Amino acid sequence: MVSQKEFVCTVCPVGCRLTVSQAEDGEIVVRGNTCKRGARYGRDEFVDPQRTVTSSVWVEGGDLPLVSVRTQGSVSKAKIPEVLQALKRCKVCAPVHVGDVIIPHVAGTDTNVVATRNVRKK
Amino acid sequence: MRKEWDVIVVGGGPAGLAAALACSERGIPQENIVILERDRQLGGILQQCIHHGFGLHLFGEELTGPEYAQRFIDRVQDSSIVCKTDTMVLEITNQREVVAVNAQDGLMVLSGKAIILAMGCRERTRGALNIPGTRPAGVYTAGCAQRLVNMEGYMPGKEIVILGSGDIGLIMARRLTWEGAKVKLVCELMPYSSGLTRNIVQCLEDNDIPLRFEHTVVQIHGKSRVEGVTIARVDGDRKPIPSTFEYIPCDTLLLSVGLLPENELTEAAGIQMDSRTKGAMVDQHRQCSVEGIFACGNVLHVHDLVDNVSMEAQTAGIAAADYIMQDRKPEGITVSVQNGSGVSYTVPQRIVPGDEDVDIYLRTRGVFKPATLTIQAGDKTLLQKKKSVMTPGEMEKVTLPAEKLQDIAGTITVSVIGG
Ligand code: SF4
Repeated sequence: MVSQKEFVCTVCPVGCRLTVSQAEDGEIVVRGNTCKRGARYGRDEFVDPQRTVTSSVWVEGGDLPLVSVRTQGSVSKAKIPEVLQALKRCKVCAPVHVGDVIIPHVAGTDTNVVATRNVRKK
Repeated sequence: MRKEWDVIVVGGGPAGLAAALACSERGIPQENIVILERDRQLGGILQQCIHHGFGLHLFGEELTGPEYAQRFIDRVQDSSIVCKTDTMVLEITNQREVVAVNAQDGLMVLSGKAIILAMGCRERTRGALNIPGTRPAGVYTAGCAQRLVNMEGYMPGKEIVILGSGDIGLIMARRLTWEGAKVKLVCELMPYSSGLTRNIVQCLEDNDIPLRFEHTVVQIHGKSRVEGVTIARVDGDRKPIPSTFEYIPCDTLLLSVGLLPENELTEAAGIQMDSRTKGAMVDQHRQCSVEGIFACGNVLHVHDLVDNVSMEAQTAGIAAADYIMQDRKPEGITVSVQNGSGVSYTVPQRIVPGDEDVDIYLRTRGVFKPATLTIQAGDKTLLQKKKSVMTPGEMEKVTLPAEKLQDIAGTITVSVIGG
């Protein structure tokens, strides 16, 4: 066995304790899961955990000072600091609509940051 | 503003929006439905919950709070349902009158054939906890900090201690870390968290924030601004153990210590309350003790998933519409639902037996792993259900088939035991 890690499966409230190990030949084995979804979760967490990032960015000329945003899909956990940096520098102009792309391909990933609410012009 | 309405919905958050839509779908003319909302916009607390994870049950995808709210707001605004924002309800009477005020219409007295209570809940504060110490700036409820950071663009502080591991506290731990603050630790009085496991993993563990179970804040230090807090381990009776006192320097204390249904209006209307849920006593249609008044969402009991709020609101909305459109048979027998061991509350608190199955929602009083839930009428077991785990943080639902409720007189008891 090359490496082994433990996780709590967060897919459903049961919270199974997963043990994920990788053998020399690269094969990944998940144990402790009660269902298939847990196996997939364990594998993803082991190989490349994915997270959705949500935040708010400044809006100029809007009826609200900030617009809430999200990454449309998830990004690699390791990419989160870069995504946050990009969000910090970001400023948009009103009006903004739900789903508007705020930052395309954020931090070199294949996901966009999109608005999650409407902000009208002041 | 007109006076007579079919349905008056008090509150334009997720519960109020879904209830109003359900009334209209059931056949109440949209222009006879009014939503009264005290904020300037609809959507309630969802507008500041910018994280994702809402809507998995209802929409099969994980939406952020504002996105979830917008789906309902769009439907309401595309309809002829009347929405009055910036409107404060001052009183509700048991004659189904609503006294409200806003800048446009002044003071109004509305009357509804049915009223749906959807006022939501609010956070418990330091005052409710009686934490000793000075009264410096820098003590916030987690939800207040959430509004500041997510909607106004202010940071509440730089070095933060969070008391309580409810979901809002966990979410804010991550949010503040992402915005550059140092969250030093989260204290939880109980030996378990009331928050979702996913939030413990993604908000705390991902950011290396320690979570200390069976710990509380015993003192707040600082004169004009928080300078630190003293934390302590608690014993089995949740009393702080003096030998474990520890001083943690920080400039901010966030409280995430629970939510309370906002029921001043309900109580003043003389509606019978449940001391366990701090909400109204209702039947399975979410009708209160006063006929024609329904309650749903967090004003009735604090939910952990907004999907459940929307679904409960739908139940209430349909029932309110039916109440108006059909002359309801007078309630014959009602069965009261009581909690047995291991259960802290059930909703509904009473059942009017009919031809429909009844969903009973409950919370357990501790973690049971595995768990067996039993519903009994006297010595007779009506239903038994096993689950691999039940925790107070996750509302449980059990469906009682209509035929099981035939010839039950008086009371049924819901209990949960380990094993
Ligand atoms: S493995 Fe399956 S049952 Fe266990 S927590 Fe994950 S999703 Fe739930």
